[in-house]
Amino acid sequence: MSRKISEEQYKRNLSVRFKKWISGETDPYLGNMEITPKKEYAPDEKILRKHMADQTRIISRTYDMEHNRVYRFFNWFYRKAAFLCCIVLIAILILTVSYLPKTTDPGSPGNNEVAERYITQGMQETGAVNAVTGMILTYRAFDTFGETNVLFVATCCVMILLMLEEGTKKKAEDENDARYEPKKDVILQTIAGVLCPIIFIFGIYVILNGHLSPGGGFSGGAIMGAGMILYVSAFGFKKTQKFFNEEVYKVAKISALCVYGLIGSYYYITGANGIENHIPLGIPGHILSSGIILPINIAVGLEVACTMYAFYALFRKGGL
Amino acid sequence: MDIIRNFPCVSIMLCLFAGIITSGVKEKTAKCINRTLIMTVFALNALTLYYTLVTGGAFVYVMGMFPAPWGNELRAGSLEALMATFFSIIMMLSLCGGKKKLFDEVDPEKHNLYYIMTDVMLASLLALVYTNDLFTAYVFVEINTISACGLIMIRQNGRTIEASVRYMIMSLLGSGLLLMGLCILYDMTGHLLMSNIRESVIEIVQRGIYKIPLTVAICIMCVGLAIKSALFPFHSWLPDAYGYSTVSSGAILSSLVSKGYIFLLIKIFYRVIGFNLIRGSHILNVLFVFGLCGMIFGSISAIWEKDIRRMIAFSSVAQIGYIYMGFGLGTTEGMVASIFHILAHAATKSLLFISAIGLTDVSGGSRSFFELTGSAYRNKVAGVGFTVGSLSMVGIPIFSGFVSKLLFAEAAVLHPDQKMLPTLIVLAISTILNAIYFMKTVLRIYVPENKAVIEQKGYFSVTAGQQKTYTVTIICFTVLNLFLGMMSEPIIHVIKVGLSNFA
Repeated sequence: MSRKISEEQYKRNLSVRFKKWISGETDPYLGNMEITPKKEYAPDEKILRKHMADQTRIISRTYDMEHNRVYRFFNWFYRKAAFLCCIVLIAILILTVSYLPKTTDPGSPGNNEVAERYITQGMQETGAVNAVTGMILTYRAFDTFGETNVLFVATCCVMILLMLEEGTKKKAEDENDARYEPKKDVILQTIAGVLCPIIFIFGIYVILNGHLSPGGGFSGGAIMGAGMILYVSAFGFKKTQKFFNEEVYKVAKISALCVYGLIGSYYYITGANGIENHIPLGIPGHILSSGIILPINIAVGLEVACTMYAFYALFRKGGL
Repeated sequence: MDIIRNFPCVSIMLCLFAGIITSGVKEKTAKCINRTLIMTVFALNALTLYYTLVTGGAFVYVMGMFPAPWGNELRAGSLEALMATFFSIIMMLSLCGGKKKLFDEVDPEKHNLYYIMTDVMLASLLALVYTNDLFTAYVFVEINTISACGLIMIRQNGRTIEASVRYMIMSLLGSGLLLMGLCILYDMTGHLLMSNIRESVIEIVQRGIYKIPLTVAICIMCVGLAIKSALFPFHSWLPDAYGYSTVSSGAILSSLVSKGYIFLLIKIFYRVIGFNLIRGSHILNVLFVFGLCGMIFGSISAIWEKDIRRMIAFSSVAQIGYIYMGFGLGTTEGMVASIFHILAHAATKSLLFISAIGLTDVSGGSRSFFELTGSAYRNKVAGVGFTVGSLSMVGIPIFSGFVSKLLFAEAAVLHPDQKMLPTLIVLAISTILNAIYFMKTVLRIYVPENKAVIEQKGYFSVTAGQQKTYTVTIICFTVLNLFLGMMSEPIIHVIKVGLSNFA
């Protein structure tokens, strides 16, 4: 049975209101809810201040020397303990040294058959006039190969830490690498232009004469590395990368270490098995002499120069 | 001269070459080189071990043309070859176990640097094991320290940087002390080669000179190596370094790096100073006391710890304490027990690290102890691996930890002086403490988690088929553990033969 209802009653019906809401004709909240206009977000000064105060209070209470007893004790204890440890260690070592044989004493244990052979027969056996080079690169060649590898591993570690991946950061560093260095400084560039060739030639001289005079791969390589660093600081990376970029660096480093390793392996294995060594010793005093020492010196020099430059470049812009 | 005699030298040189060549290649080639290298090194050293056992003695290998006091030398006996073989197995398994995780932890562009570090690390470990020259040992200690730092900090977040800085400071202090001890020894004897120093030291002791420098040198070298291998009061660098680095690094650092230094210390005891002299000095008593303290305090710290990887790391402190306690007994039995414990701990601790990562991965990456509830059901392989490792650490029979504890107890009972009682008591207490934290974790991972919580946190399950390399690694580790636990007799025999060859 149907019943006729008035228009107004019909409009108040639930289903009609629902239909209207669905079709979007009316908003059920309109007029029934108070809507406040949106404000721009502003952090509540009070809460913020309270938070800051809490933070500072926590820090000040933690590191409060007057009231935090635990912190005060540890602060006091660690300083005193560190000081005491150092003093004790220094005292022990000084005491020990006073009991050791004197350096000038000819009868001291250090002056035994080992040093005697290095000095008296070193030149005949290694072909090197410089006894130190002969000792580290022939008698104790394995130790020196280890030392060269220390440099290699150290560069790899610095790369882990500082090398930047391809990306925006690297690009920014590439473009703006002279942030802390002088840009196009005339004095620096002129002097570097004069000095760099001399430094390079001197470095090469020290490397090549390692078996004849004081010097060798490590010192010569350091000189060449210093020259490279001076060149980069004066002329910037763009000019340097024309002749020394990452590819060149990799090739130089790997070939230098591999040459050293191959020569070393040949030397160890032939020596240990009593096989004749086919590398001629030459006449002591000549530039082409002393068997394995000259090529090893060149390899070490290259590796050291690469390492020095790589350290500088990695620290300056995170790449080569 | 047999060709096998070249193998120790060849394996060291191969490792260094691999490191050098790896610096110029991409990630995949680097991985291939690394795996091939470790397999080759394993084969070479296993052959060396066989050779030394057949010939029944050690041999000296002259590096170059100049013999004993003038040039460098390597020395390979059965103990050295056993250690080298074992180290290469553990390194292989640790790297395989963390293979997949490495992609999450390390930027792929830096993977070749990671492999350089592991190659060079293996080279330095082999050199430390085989060297017969104290200065060569020092050079390779340096390489070891630097590459260990690299392995820690390659996962670049704040914690690992902090951990590696701390590791480097402590480790350099240790190296410095070792170097000073070495200098003092050189000054007194004029030699750097172990056998020559030994002869000179015997002469010095007979003549009764240089008493104070000799004692100081022994103490300084012991302290230096103790710092580097994290003996109890110097262990503060350890939990962060092992707990936050990548999983393979954690496994390698805990099971190999510290063991390399401990092995060097054994060599110094036996081949440089002479064990009788060491026994006469009081340094062994000091090591004994610190070892006992480490056994207790390491375990207590592990019980307090809520982070599972730091817990495993603290457990290492306790296990290093066991090893030094064995040294401290000052008998051959104690030394054999310590060396066996080096092997057992290396096999077990790397297993624990590798399986812990499987458990944390299925728990939303959380390392918190409470969130691991039921994780062994979600990754069954890792659960089994962790259980095996825990049982072995606690010392349940048929696992490797049991044998080493038995050997320690035997050594204590056979000890002539009054060290028997403290050793046995502390051994018992430490075993109970071990059981508390390991069994607590095992129970926790086998308690089923509510389904609602699993859904809410979005945990997922991993089956063995989805992680084949990982499963094979865990199986290999378990087999290695059972092998050490059930067939320990031949290994103990090799250790005894090696030690008798040392002197």
